[in-house]
Amino acid sequence: MDLLRFITAGSVDDGKSTLIGRLLFDSKSIMIDHLEALEKQSKNKEDGEIDLALLTDGLRAEREQGITIDVAYKYFATPKRKFIIADAPGHIQYTRNMVTGASNSDLAIILVDARHGVVEQTRRHSIITSLLNIPHVVVAINKMDLVDFSQDVYNNIVIDYAEVAKKLGLKDVRYIPISALNGDNIVAKTAALTWYEGPSLLDILETVELADDIDLEKARFPVQYVIRPQTEELHDYRGYAGKINSGIYKKGDAVTILPAGFSSTIKAIEHNGKEVDEAFAPQSVVIHLEDDIDISRGDLIVKNDNRPKVSNEVEALLCWMDHKALVPGNKYLLQINSKQVRSVVKEVSYKLDVHSLEQIASPETVALNDIVKVTIKTASPVAYDAYQELRTNGGAILIDETSHVTVGACMIQ
Amino acid sequence: MSAYRLDYLDQLESEAIHIMREVAGQFEKPALLFSGGKDSITLVHLALKAFRPGKFPFPLVHIDTGHNFPEALQFRDELAATIGEKLVVRKVEDTIKSRQLTEPKGKFASRNALQTYTLLDTIEEFGFDACIGGARRDEEKARAKERIFSVRDEFGQWNPKLQRPELWNTYNGRISKGENVRVFPISNWTELDIWNYIKRENIALPSIYFAHERTVLEHEGQLIALSEFIQLDDTDSIVTKKVRYRTVGDMTCTAAVESSASGIDDIIREITATKTSERGETRIDDKVSEAAMEDRKKNGYF
Repeated sequence: MDLLRFITAGSVDDGKSTLIGRLLFDSKSIMIDHLEALEKQSKNKEDGEIDLALLTDGLRAEREQGITIDVAYKYFATPKRKFIIADAPGHIQYTRNMVTGASNSDLAIILVDARHGVVEQTRRHSIITSLLNIPHVVVAINKMDLVDFSQDVYNNIVIDYAEVAKKLGLKDVRYIPISALNGDNIVAKTAALTWYEGPSLLDILETVELADDIDLEKARFPVQYVIRPQTEELHDYRGYAGKINSGIYKKGDAVTILPAGFSSTIKAIEHNGKEVDEAFAPQSVVIHLEDDIDISRGDLIVKNDNRPKVSNEVEALLCWMDHKALVPGNKYLLQINSKQVRSVVKEVSYKLDVHSLEQIASPETVALNDIVKVTIKTASPVAYDAYQELRTNGGAILIDETSHVTVGACMIQ
Repeated sequence: MSAYRLDYLDQLESEAIHIMREVAGQFEKPALLFSGGKDSITLVHLALKAFRPGKFPFPLVHIDTGHNFPEALQFRDELAATIGEKLVVRKVEDTIKSRQLTEPKGKFASRNALQTYTLLDTIEEFGFDACIGGARRDEEKARAKERIFSVRDEFGQWNPKLQRPELWNTYNGRISKGENVRVFPISNWTELDIWNYIKRENIALPSIYFAHERTVLEHEGQLIALSEFIQLDDTDSIVTKKVRYRTVGDMTCTAAVESSASGIDDIIREITATKTSERGETRIDDKVSEAAMEDRKKNGYF
């Protein structure tokens, strides 16, 4: 069975948590004891109705404030697919937590309140969706019941959003009118929206084509760990353990080890302790090479037919995620997969304006949640691809060397 | 499905192996917290896949409350011996004595909360910088929020409002002295995923996971094994039933479920049909308050 990871973006008022509650509830994935706990908590509220949002707001502070602070992961399955939901916060203050949830998602559901249409939050969530290059987008126009299921309202929002999508270069965008509260068009299609001819939301989630999302052409294998038993019978055993991030590797393939540039040939591939002729992304394997060369954690084994760029200077779109402002000239650790290297943010060329989607040249400050274009110089060369072309080898994080906190997400260009 | 598309269990397996190898690559003194329950047994199975033919780059560590099921302890010792890996056992009993801790009293008094003291002492004793654990996000709503690399401060505390961003499969394991990281490789697995994997991989489990006759105390709908650790009253209803365990914790805080499931297939059928969550059905320790797990985690609990 296939696995789809998706993120839901929208503020509480857009009905995001209600939508998730509805998906879990209607697919019978809520357990009785959790439902009983919900009923008990909902009684503290005035209207007495079960508040499905309480299902995902797992922290005390979230329940007290009625907002989502951090990503909650929820799981459900239908006979067709398994799903992992990243329920992400919508508030600007917690953007970095949405980025966390978005980074591993195959699909984003962007909720729009039919009464308000495309608003600033919608644009910000869409920017992050585009920035993190989530392959599939579903714009769920919610609360259709509150606009009398009006087709005109729906069409106008679709037109507005299409413009945002075009500006941001979002590729696969679908639209669906829903009412999360009533369950309209969530699991099954509704009689209230006869003019809507498309599938239900769950139908979309079950059938979105995922096969093309993993790149099988550009082979990238970052070495995580070297297995060397050093016992008598395995004296010469030296296996490079890691996960194939993209591509297919076969026994006998000619490979290059980056950034050093050594060449070798694949002698053997082990998967789960057995020798195999080929392995592919995202399998975790052990690779053996014909030549005895110096390879360690952080090195990238690639096939000769398609190579990444190697450089000690990269340009990237950076989402700043620390409360302390970014100071150009400061040194940070840059980590791309298993490779860590010291680096310095040389230049901030522009900041992305969330309202207008325009670029503001040479910004004075870079604060928490700002998205900026930067040039980063690294102490030694790194092997990378453009993030928009190969998500698994173009994303890097910046780590503050003194606090050890992850302060930035880089989408390398 | 394309020939180059992985089944969901293979995807989850690969993700978990990747996380374990990140621990091996990033930390100097990691440990694998092992309880003898199905989730940590699955972790050991994944570690075999991640590191063989090499040795594990970490010992198995068990924090023994003294209230464990004997079947789980026996299984623990046999497994460690079979795979030839180091097992460290530290006892809550000893911490209670040396630190003069007060044991909770009452009918089902549990040492669950006291485990944290022994765990933190053990981390300090060995200087562990990372502890791999078998917690899953589907278990409980506070766990649903936790990162895969979860940083704990020098008091072992989790700060849920200030978690590090965690992007892609890029894990930042850098910490200051005194801090440590709890790592959860099977975060994204559900209870059913675990059982399907155990079936597929033919993983051995302690016998108490399968239906057996047991004399139990029936208390507010929950079945608690008779043992020297619980207090009996004259009015208690003692019955003998065919039961199995859905989770394996302490004898004092884990309830059995009535079941005739003697094999994995039967168990998977029962879990698929069940309407109650794993912890809801079997854990007495979660019932204290709505935020019981969040509070325990903030204090350094696993």
